[in-house]
Amino acid sequence: MLKNVLLFFVSISFVLPVNFAQADEVNIYSARKEQLIKPLLDVFTKTTGIETNLVTGKADALLKRLESEGINSPADVLITTDAGRLYRAKAAGVIQPAINQALQDQVSKNLQDPEHFWLALTTRARVMVYAKERVSPDELSSYEGLTDSKWNKRICVRSSNNIYNQSLVASMIVHKGEKATEEWATAFVKNFARRPKGGDRDQVMAVAAGQCDIAIVNTYYLGQMVNSKDEKQKQAASQVAVFWPNQQDRGTHINISGIAVTKAAKNKENALKLIEFLLSPVAQEWYAKTNNEYPVIANAKPSALLQSWGKFKSDALNLNELGINNTQAVQIMDRARWR
Amino acid sequence: MSLAKYKWLIAVGTVTLLLTLPIWVLVSYVFVPTNDNWSHLVETLLAEYVINSLWLMLGVSFGTLLLGVSTAWLISQYRFFGHSFLQWALLLPIAIPAYIIAYTYTGLLEFEGPIQSYLRTIFAPSIVNSLFPEIRSLGGAMLMFSLVLYPYIYLLSRSAFSNHSQHALEAAKTLGAGPIRRFFSIAIPMARPAIIAGLTLALMETLADFGTVQHFGVSTFTTGIYRTWTGFGDTTTTAQLALVLLVFVLVLITLEIWSRKQARFYSSDSIKSVHIKHQLTGWQAFGAFAWCFTPLLLGFLLPSSQLFYWAMTTAETQFDSSFIQLIWNSFYLAFIAAIVALFIALFLAYAKRMNQNKHIEGSIRIASLGYAIPGTVIAIAVMIPLAWIDNTLDHFMTSQFGISTGLVLSGTLFALVFAYSFRFLSVSLQTIDSGLNQVKPTIDESARTLGASHWQVIKNIHFPIIQSSLVIAFLLVFVEVLKELPTTLILRPFNFNTLSVRAYEMAADERLADAGLPALLIVLTGIIPVIILSKLIGKPDVKA
Repeated sequence: MLKNVLLFFVSISFVLPVNFAQADEVNIYSARKEQLIKPLLDVFTKTTGIETNLVTGKADALLKRLESEGINSPADVLITTDAGRLYRAKAAGVIQPAINQALQDQVSKNLQDPEHFWLALTTRARVMVYAKERVSPDELSSYEGLTDSKWNKRICVRSSNNIYNQSLVASMIVHKGEKATEEWATAFVKNFARRPKGGDRDQVMAVAAGQCDIAIVNTYYLGQMVNSKDEKQKQAASQVAVFWPNQQDRGTHINISGIAVTKAAKNKENALKLIEFLLSPVAQEWYAKTNNEYPVIANAKPSALLQSWGKFKSDALNLNELGINNTQAVQIMDRARWR
Repeated sequence: MSLAKYKWLIAVGTVTLLLTLPIWVLVSYVFVPTNDNWSHLVETLLAEYVINSLWLMLGVSFGTLLLGVSTAWLISQYRFFGHSFLQWALLLPIAIPAYIIAYTYTGLLEFEGPIQSYLRTIFAPSIVNSLFPEIRSLGGAMLMFSLVLYPYIYLLSRSAFSNHSQHALEAAKTLGAGPIRRFFSIAIPMARPAIIAGLTLALMETLADFGTVQHFGVSTFTTGIYRTWTGFGDTTTTAQLALVLLVFVLVLITLEIWSRKQARFYSSDSIKSVHIKHQLTGWQAFGAFAWCFTPLLLGFLLPSSQLFYWAMTTAETQFDSSFIQLIWNSFYLAFIAAIVALFIALFLAYAKRMNQNKHIEGSIRIASLGYAIPGTVIAIAVMIPLAWIDNTLDHFMTSQFGISTGLVLSGTLFALVFAYSFRFLSVSLQTIDSGLNQVKPTIDESARTLGASHWQVIKNIHFPIIQSSLVIAFLLVFVEVLKELPTTLILRPFNFNTLSVRAYEMAADERLADAGLPALLIVLTGIIPVIILSKLIGKPDVKA
């Protein structure tokens, strides 16, 4: 009998919370993959002595987890890789307006929530990539220009399931209205060289292989390919060039990776220290170097590769709009048969 | 109904009700009125989801039956060159997650891949471009699933072929029936419960898959569910779409049960008979070898060499002590979940056998729906009620005793094990069930008449016969948990990583080469149980 009781407690201890609250820690729910956050967290712990606990996952699942855990949620901060999810977190009431003045001042207005619920950590631009041999940059102008019949069967882009495509369309809704955006999407889809499949790198590979002439991708994927150990990817990346769309008008569409303090945060001070650290030049330059994302603070340098692509004008839209218009964007893409 | 039967009913009812908590969470959304997004789906994409899912099921049925039944038949009836190796090696593809095989084949066969690029250097590019089939398509998805899921049918039908149809087959042979006739009119009908059990598992896994169809750009229920959730941020419509999928599965399971009822065969005795295999020679032996080797080559050797190649290019930067931790986490999580699922399945299988009661059968049927529900949906549907229980408990304890209990169920390994038990119950249940079905109920009755207790019947009659089914059930769930991604990703506690999470994080970041090492380790860890499995199913032959 005693043995059974013991066994019971042993098995219970197995499933009980792995982490009891420690004095100096910060708990993170991150939609950033482990490899793109853990190294920085280790540096943070080393310099501040604050332990970090991490769960990574997809943004929507983390959001749902925050929602259902409610006030007992162990998470102190939420990190996402797009603005739309931060907007959703705010709407769901799981984050708090904790971004203080010192943090606000470091980042430009459109890259943070006007009510101080969230803040961008890096930006990523969604650009056109073209086959150097077959396309001249003079032929390119804007996202809108891609509906021209001269691009018939020459464009590659990934599925509309992808959040970056959804955000791009959401930004067009804000600038052009729903009706014009739907007309644009319908004509754009007609110019696809193939049914959308694979990720952003696959689109670049397809351009290099000659299946299409233009792809729409996030800059950091191209950066990863340039720095890849895989010769095939390196070579593909060398066959294409970056074009910054919409430089004559609103600017290139950008998205962010961002951070917010949760409503249930029990280590709010530590959470703010973490944000402060992630905005420091060390962290900002690490992202620029490791993943070719653009820093959000003035005194951090973009990587050499990013500099080689040149300066660009980015869309100054407040990024909450991306979240607000996401549903309409998806519906428009469905009707346009953007798979 | 007697009192004992009520006790069974209550016990089964309680277990299944608790276990199926996630389903009731989904069902509760039936009562939420549909919104704009639902009508939008009906107008635009729903038909495509249904049609693609149906085609996929059809294609996978054809592929897995063709590969699984034919190889099982050859291995169980004949001896030929490579026989003893193929006998277990044919199971290996089961260790490869479908989304991983999809990645490796994309790498090999896509437009930019080595094969097409090479062909373009020999033939005119325009010819290659127009004639080379596109791997990332519905057809490609059918092929991928067939290659990794046929082992279910192979496993279950092989033991059916070699165990309980031998006598009838020998008799038919004596009466002059040729091999084809013996196959179609005796072996297949007798092995039908096992074949169908295997097929049901394969189809359920196909329906639940997300990674493969997403990567191939094929819109099915799962991609639709995911898209509705992430794109619209609309839990209600997502749950309603998941319910439509559930109806699909319910039809599938009902068909399966109906089909089993149409023909129920039992082994005429429970003692393994001497089983003589026909020796093939010459081109027949070569043909049999080539046929059995092909699924092994395409379903295992080729994709794992690609993984190995990827792993080698990244190994020095990746392999460190954290990998040992990943292997250990994956291993013990799979172990606990497999044990729990085994015990629940055993209990339910017996409840069903001892009580021919339609309420009990009905609740068991619902309890085994989990395997076809996408992992993401299960994870969310587990998280919501567990967090609710936690919060309610915490509120009560805080207000009554001033002690905050926090989250004791959600956010711990409990949530994961619970989700897995539900998700993979069907796997262990099907296996144990098809093992138990080999024992004629009349044997139980005779033993009972002779004064044996229920327990004695189980210990002395059932256990020796179903012990290999038990081990198979355990190992199948073990391998499944090892491969499973979305549930682990969503429900895991802080700082708890597994191999599949690591593989996913690399692959989702489009770093396929970096996903190679963890993926290869999933496969290697999965091979160990597969080898144990094969030793077990090989046993009757050895004894004979």
